Amino acid sequence: MAEQVLTDFIRALRSADVRVSTGEAIDAAEAVKLIGYADRQRLSDTLRCVLAKSPSEKLAHDRLFDLYFSRQAIPQSAPEEQQSEESEESSDGPGDLLDLLENGDETAIAMAMEQAGQEAGLQEIRFSTQVSYYAQQMMKSLGIERLEREMMDAFRERTDDGQARAEELIEGRKDMFGRAREHAKQAFETYGAGATLAFREDVLAETALTALDVRDLNRMQALVQKIAKRLAVKHSRRRRKKNRGQLDVRKTLRANAGFDGVPFDLAWKQTKRDRAKIVAVCDVSGSVARVVRFFLMLLYSLNEVVPDIESFAFSGRLEDVGDTLETEDFAQAMDKIINSIGMSSTDYGQSLSDLRVNHWNILDRRTTLIILGDGRSNYGDPRLDLFREAAARVKRVIWLTPEGESMWGSGDSELPRYRPHCHTMKQVTTIKDLERILDEALSRYQ
Amino acid sequence: MTKTGYEPLTSIDAITAGLASVGYISTREISTAIYLAHNLRKPILIEGPAGVGKTDLAASMARFLDVPLNRLQCYEGLDEGKALYEWKYGKQLLYTQLLKEKLGEVMDGAGTLDAAFDKLTSFEDLFFSETFLEPRPLLTAMKQDQGSVLLIDEIDKSDEEFEAYLLEVLSDYQVTVPEIGTIRAQVPPLVILTSNNIRELGDALKRRCLHLHIDFPEAEREQAIVRARVPDVSDALLSQLVEFVQGLRDLDIRKRPSISETVDWARTLLLMHATELDEEMVRSTLNVLLKHESDIQAVDKDVRTLARAAASTG
Repeated sequence: MAEQVLTDFIRALRSADVRVSTGEAIDAAEAVKLIGYADRQRLSDTLRCVLAKSPSEKLAHDRLFDLYFSRQAIPQSAPEEQQSEESEESSDGPGDLLDLLENGDETAIAMAMEQAGQEAGLQEIRFSTQVSYYAQQMMKSLGIERLEREMMDAFRERTDDGQARAEELIEGRKDMFGRAREHAKQAFETYGAGATLAFREDVLAETALTALDVRDLNRMQALVQKIAKRLAVKHSRRRRKKNRGQLDVRKTLRANAGFDGVPFDLAWKQTKRDRAKIVAVCDVSGSVARVVRFFLMLLYSLNEVVPDIESFAFSGRLEDVGDTLETEDFAQAMDKIINSIGMSSTDYGQSLSDLRVNHWNILDRRTTLIILGDGRSNYGDPRLDLFREAAARVKRVIWLTPEGESMWGSGDSELPRYRPHCHTMKQVTTIKDLERILDEALSRYQ
Repeated sequence: MTKTGYEPLTSIDAITAGLASVGYISTREISTAIYLAHNLRKPILIEGPAGVGKTDLAASMARFLDVPLNRLQCYEGLDEGKALYEWKYGKQLLYTQLLKEKLGEVMDGAGTLDAAFDKLTSFEDLFFSETFLEPRPLLTAMKQDQGSVLLIDEIDKSDEEFEAYLLEVLSDYQVTVPEIGTIRAQVPPLVILTSNNIRELGDALKRRCLHLHIDFPEAEREQAIVRARVPDVSDALLSQLVEFVQGLRDLDIRKRPSISETVDWARTLLLMHATELDEEMVRSTLNVLLKHESDIQAVDKDVRTLARAAASTG
């Protein structure tokens, strides 16, 4: 029983995104054996020390601990015996609804609910819509059928007493069902809420950015943070590549001068990784703006791994927006940029020449140039010469567009003409696409 | 069973009391973590902002238990040669030179090359033995038979590979030296790792450790800490200055004042014979608390309100 309590708690933690390994579960069991269940505060301190390993995990732990251990009767030293006695008396379930109703003993009811919940498999609950179903299951294992039979009998008596008895039973049944629902709901919050959130986020990640609901925008922000963290963890390991086989003679001689030149310590040549630098040039007119918003949001969440980020927005003319985005609140800054820059008609040629005149020096050989736009330049000169020159200066050129490949080149789209100078040209519609692209771009710096 | 230095760690309350006796004001959580670490034989990973007493906890534990403290300061490029052990190359070389002549005597009688070789191999471990092993902090900690506190400071500053290297030490309390074999700690050290969260630590490391997050202290605990370090400070001034620092931490500044800075400030105020906090005094000593010019300017307009609020509490 005591172990079951801990296992279920760990299951609840896992559903809330706290990673608990088997080893940690064993540690927790040992720690609890040491500390005991008697002191609630001490138990909480212990579990959060053993199981939760970051501030966010500690928060999740505290929330779940309160939820879980307020519900769970703390196991006594000999609950096993009590249970076996009980089951001898009534073999048909965790307690009888009728007895419970008549006795009105709160602890007995709570115990029975707990057991009924376990029999109904309440810890498997994942969605809020399942609450009613589980409540029904619990009622069944509490012996609702006997109660209903009793109720019908009472009705059939057709006496005032019988009527009153039946009314009483109906009330009791309602009350019990309410409790079972409450119990199931709490179980959902313990075990299921995290899982539902994760499920919703998976869906969100695959939804086209242009089709997002307004109410999804807030959730999106959290999702972007999560993705950024994932990318950051993946790319922040600074690996020193050791070219084994290439001896660094100068270094070796210097290191071993103290040993009379006898080479004890060998030094090998090492290649150093470039620091990542991303220059983003974004078309903020019309349909592209939505995608640009999330792209920049993701990019600026990455400043931990990408020390140098420069961003420019354009429609008619090109402007540096890096400062605005870094210093002001992101959402507001983005609105301001789109409203002030995104109003004029798009001119890729003019914007490229603005880049050439004012910011050419920032393009160097460790730069990844990412252009986000549909390439629809209102039949103006695309200034391919400038684009070719830019592509020659930088490490990689990536062009992202919200339009599908079949649309490239239709109407005033200049994408096919830019394409030969890009290393990659891709359609992006979901946040997942953005993650993949940035992941690929960053892995070039290893 | 040999006597170890860990005997005072009998209960959580004993740890709190023991730490208090060496001037470290512990909390429920900190003492629980240490109690668990000792009983489960697990390292503790402590995270939290700079200057909340993470390193000091390790030093205080060593003082409380009266065992040696082995400290390993991590930095980028730290390798096993500096953390675990190193061969004393110079000494080895010197010995070969000195023993050259002796070698002739030993070899005497070996008629053939094969015989000489056989004779030589019988001495093979001469130069790769513990005599020529230079122990670094990790190995030193493994060799303490009374127990010790091993502090691995700012683990987040070391490289990823080094973290992997630590895993053997932390989970089995042993060090493998290829030429000699595995050296296992008779009495495992109490291991404390600290991190300022410069980079996210690997999951493998986190899994093996207990995790303790120490944040800036509550007003009450901070008062107790300052009181322990600066016993001469008056009650009124103490509560006022702590209140002021707590208020300062809520502001939007680059570097929030740490506990040690509060202690320094208390000493400064004491030197200036302050009995109460007033605005003038705060302004002239603010550079003890805030180390960035921009921070001092940023809080300039708030000093008056904060000082007033603090003064009214005392």
